[in-house]
Amino acid sequence: MSYVSKPIRKRDAMSLVTGKPVYTGDLCPAGALQVCLLRSPHAHALVESVDKTAALRVPGVVAIYTWEDVPQSRFTTAGQTWPEPSPYDRLILDRRLRCVGDPVAIIAAETEESAQKARQLLKVTYQVLEPLLDFTKALDNPIIVHPEENFRALCDVGTDAARNLCSQEEMTVGDVEGELAQSEVVLERVYHTRANSQAMMETFRTYSYIDEYGRLNVVSSTQVPFHVRRILGNALEMSRRDIRIVKPRIGGGFGAKQSVVSEIFPAFVTKMTGRPAYICYTRQETFTNGSPRHEMEMRVRIGADRDGTIRVIDLFALSNAGAYGDHGPTTIGLVGHKALSLYGTLKAARFGCQVVYTNTMGAGAYRGYGATQGIFAVEAAVNELAAQLGMDPCLLREKNMVRQGQIMATYYNEPCNSCALDRCMEQAKKMMNWEEKYPRKVLENGHIRSVGVAMAMQGSGISGVDIGSVEIRLNDDGFYTLLVGCTDMGTGCDTILSQMAADCLECDLDRIAVRGVDTDQSPYDTGSYASSTTYITGMAVVRTCQELREKILAMGAKMIGVPVEQAEFDGRRVFVPGGKEISLAEIGSASFEGHNHCLSSCISHSSPISPPPFMVGMAEIDLDPETGVVQVVDYAAAVDCGTVVNTNLARVQTEGGIAQGIGMALYEEVNHTPKGRLINDSFLQYKIPSRLDLGTIRVEFESSYEPSGPFGAKSIGELVINTPAPAILGAILNATGKAFHTLPVKPEDVAMALLEDKK
Amino acid sequence: MTVTITLNGIRRTGEVQPDTSLYTFLRQQGCLSVKCGCETSNCGLCTVHLDGCPVLSCSVPAFRADGHEVTTLEGVQKEAEEFGAFLADEGGEQCGFCSPGFILSVLAMARELENPTDDQIKEYLAGNLCRCTGYQSQLRAIKKWLAARKEGDK
Amino acid sequence: MYTASNYVLAQSLDQALELNRKRSSAIIGGGCWLRLGRKRIGTLIDLSALGLDKIQENEEEISLGAMVTLRQMETSKELEAAFGPFFADMVRHIVGVQFRNCATLGGSVAARFGFSDILTGLMALDCQVELAQKGRMPLEEYARLAPDRDILTAVVVKKDGRKAVYQSARNISTDLPVLTCALSHKGDLWRLVFGARPGKAEAVETGDPGSLERLAGEFSFGGNMRGSEEYRRHLAGVLTRRALEQLRREEE
Repeated sequence: MSYVSKPIRKRDAMSLVTGKPVYTGDLCPAGALQVCLLRSPHAHALVESVDKTAALRVPGVVAIYTWEDVPQSRFTTAGQTWPEPSPYDRLILDRRLRCVGDPVAIIAAETEESAQKARQLLKVTYQVLEPLLDFTKALDNPIIVHPEENFRALCDVGTDAARNLCSQEEMTVGDVEGELAQSEVVLERVYHTRANSQAMMETFRTYSYIDEYGRLNVVSSTQVPFHVRRILGNALEMSRRDIRIVKPRIGGGFGAKQSVVSEIFPAFVTKMTGRPAYICYTRQETFTNGSPRHEMEMRVRIGADRDGTIRVIDLFALSNAGAYGDHGPTTIGLVGHKALSLYGTLKAARFGCQVVYTNTMGAGAYRGYGATQGIFAVEAAVNELAAQLGMDPCLLREKNMVRQGQIMATYYNEPCNSCALDRCMEQAKKMMNWEEKYPRKVLENGHIRSVGVAMAMQGSGISGVDIGSVEIRLNDDGFYTLLVGCTDMGTGCDTILSQMAADCLECDLDRIAVRGVDTDQSPYDTGSYASSTTYITGMAVVRTCQELREKILAMGAKMIGVPVEQAEFDGRRVFVPGGKEISLAEIGSASFEGHNHCLSSCISHSSPISPPPFMVGMAEIDLDPETGVVQVVDYAAAVDCGTVVNTNLARVQTEGGIAQGIGMALYEEVNHTPKGRLINDSFLQYKIPSRLDLGTIRVEFESSYEPSGPFGAKSIGELVINTPAPAILGAILNATGKAFHTLPVKPEDVAMALLEDKK
Repeated sequence: MTVTITLNGIRRTGEVQPDTSLYTFLRQQGCLSVKCGCETSNCGLCTVHLDGCPVLSCSVPAFRADGHEVTTLEGVQKEAEEFGAFLADEGGEQCGFCSPGFILSVLAMARELENPTDDQIKEYLAGNLCRCTGYQSQLRAIKKWLAARKEGDK
Repeated sequence: MYTASNYVLAQSLDQALELNRKRSSAIIGGGCWLRLGRKRIGTLIDLSALGLDKIQENEEEISLGAMVTLRQMETSKELEAAFGPFFADMVRHIVGVQFRNCATLGGSVAARFGFSDILTGLMALDCQVELAQKGRMPLEEYARLAPDRDILTAVVVKKDGRKAVYQSARNISTDLPVLTCALSHKGDLWRLVFGARPGKAEAVETGDPGSLERLAGEFSFGGNMRGSEEYRRHLAGVLTRRALEQLRREEE
């Protein structure tokens, strides 16, 4: 029996579908202090004073903390490997409030009601300052978001807080201006994407307590337990050895939980009071002070010849970090690297960027992590170029796309060792029946059916940075324990890593008990982000199994008294062909008896490269030209994620990512009041797609084989959100001749643009 | 103030405040399958059956359930396992956080609608949001489950 | 989220009226919209023991109790027999089944929300509201009144053989509407209603269906986050024409 490439049921599935109490909020001990935050009503202000008198009189209130009560060393909440590229620009509570919702006070009480009542009774005097809300005017604005002296950037990412500059970068390949001058057609466009929210169903939540050893234990819905440990150490000015992080089941993350959003507050309360403490973010807080996608404005210049040869792409991105720089300097890099590298035959390319601070909510990591924005801009522009050239946008891409064997100059000069993008295009065209449907058809009811296309890529882990480690132990009775440090957030990594281990160890899946994450017990893993888990931690599984097999073989051979070279291990027994043998159960049991031969392996894996997965997405839309309503009736996706480890889970990842991409393209709005308060701060105002808003989503895999990946696998989790926005806008372009540049494209935008024509 | 609710077939009495929601009461009673995902009655995570009818437990005051029957996923474990197995075989639970409310809606739908079409299924379940799956796998699971049930009825 | 310091399951309408005299009191319908406010309520008054959750029919009219849920309206055989899919079309976009199992007709009508699908739809029919103190009055008149301490107990719909159709425009399926539109026809009278203008629903009547599109353009519209005034005005024409087409199809 082999498990890789099979639709294996998730190992925790039945406990999830029967509603077992396995999430953070279900596990919180009774009697924990309930923590809530008083948040700033102003986008920019200084706290003059906080009068706690009345609030402290509320029965059940245990403590109220303000900026004077917290440690004064700055840190970042971005869950990244140290030294973090994100500047150290935060305090737990700061006297300077930099966005609406910035925390002013931490309230801890015996009950939620008491905490909330006390919050209402806090009297705060603010010195209200003029906010900087427009990110296009942030650079060198007289309003400075981070004037503090102890602001610091650990990495050289071009930070200049005095200019509101979080980071900047430029990369040039070839003679950009020269190629543009020689191009027969030059297309220049500006695109705008919003600060979309991940909108995972489980909001941010954490509880903390002091354990029997006197150490601070933090149980949290996080993607990055080991980073949480370090960041809490920084924030609380505590030694990391005194902190333990546990990750239970997570109700979705999509990058939101790659930042330390909720952990610090209960941890601080527990540290101060010695008592268990719990915080559960409301949906509103999750929207207003979570870690959304970076809003960006991107200028694209494409130079091409009339025959459809794309010579050069010049991309400049301005990214809004908001109040804090979490993930600011790193997301922006992907805008360029992952978008430009889709085109393998460019003679020149340039990517420039600036990430700026403003007084809007701080951004963070959201699935796609900059690649989504960059690919939207470049792919939308390529669709416009195709229209301008009068060329089928698939054909235009076929002429220019990156292919296996090329060196990707805009992707750190990495070789493209595995790439089935060409086959993906072929497959997607077949699935969509592109030749027949392109560009449009007018239905009897006046609606327009049209199709649009986009390509995408992502990475597989952060090259040379991400680390995945697993430990596998052989136990008595011959079953294995697989300890992982990566974080299953519903994605199923506990399952796919078990599948890999079962195949490597040639055993049944149920002989492998998997356990994630407890920083005291799991081997170190950077965490589940950057599409790293399957590729990086998966390879750690493969390598660990190899080593463990050797140990088992050696032990077995010794037990039956033969030289190891003569013995073999087939997963069930160590044996000499035609001769003596000993079962794995006996070897396991023996390893538990009075000698020092505990059979266990633990290997850390890191990769010097980050092989991109690729895909092609095609949207078929139904557009009502009178109301402007656009419905995605069908979406065809052909994906090259290398070897598919779990066909079900990879499919559901793809379908889910596409659904989020459709939300980003058509529905998910982010508006602020003139004073900087977020209006779309609930599921009433921030509309994610319901099942009525999605037509069919069809997925096929066109696998390449990635030699550096486990079983030939690459990543899939992030890639799949990248095609819908450009593909849908491409379909709208094909339907109406109208190109839109700002997301989301609402019915009004379409209807009014078409009405303009009539006039 | 006290309320008495027949919760999953057992009479349970508890103290509540005038503004306590049924959701809060149920969690206090140990029905931890019931989840909450918003404050605006939009997400469907907190769906439970009140006298057999799917409702948003976040919006129903606990008092209104006084003397009534409430069913959470804890009370229909067998059905949850039966349908849940189909869901799990499609990978359609993913993070699982919306699963309890979703499954209770599916069970109510199966009682209310006979041979529902895809569109009817989507419409009945439109109030159950899910951010992980894009809903396709859930539809596949429902259709396979309904077909299997029908087969079993023969 | 609201807070309340007292909860009373009213045993009689008189008791409910008495309790509701206080400005701090509030009637709780389904509880869905009430949660959106940040009200501090003194006494929460629950009408669910008063038998107001019934749809009753006689020769002339159908009476819908204030505690009838939107879902009851959606699935009522009586309403379907009298008005076809009109009631189902009116409510089907409102969040989801579990929401519509909670939200009540009384709550929807009494709140007089500008975005109300219910108010828009009902206004196209010959509807009266029944109030505990003031007795019956036309729905349109009630909608214009400032909220007071009287209690809505029922909406009574005349079965006058009227045909009505419902249309709405939304940016996404279960969202609040950008514009709602209802059109009814009886004899030689046509009645056109727009809600979510974004203001409260308003109606006009005409004897000339040919003038409907022009009349649609004469409503007052405004802009909000869901749509501009211009877009709403444009949609008004589109929905009116579609409603008229639908009505003619159904009348055939």
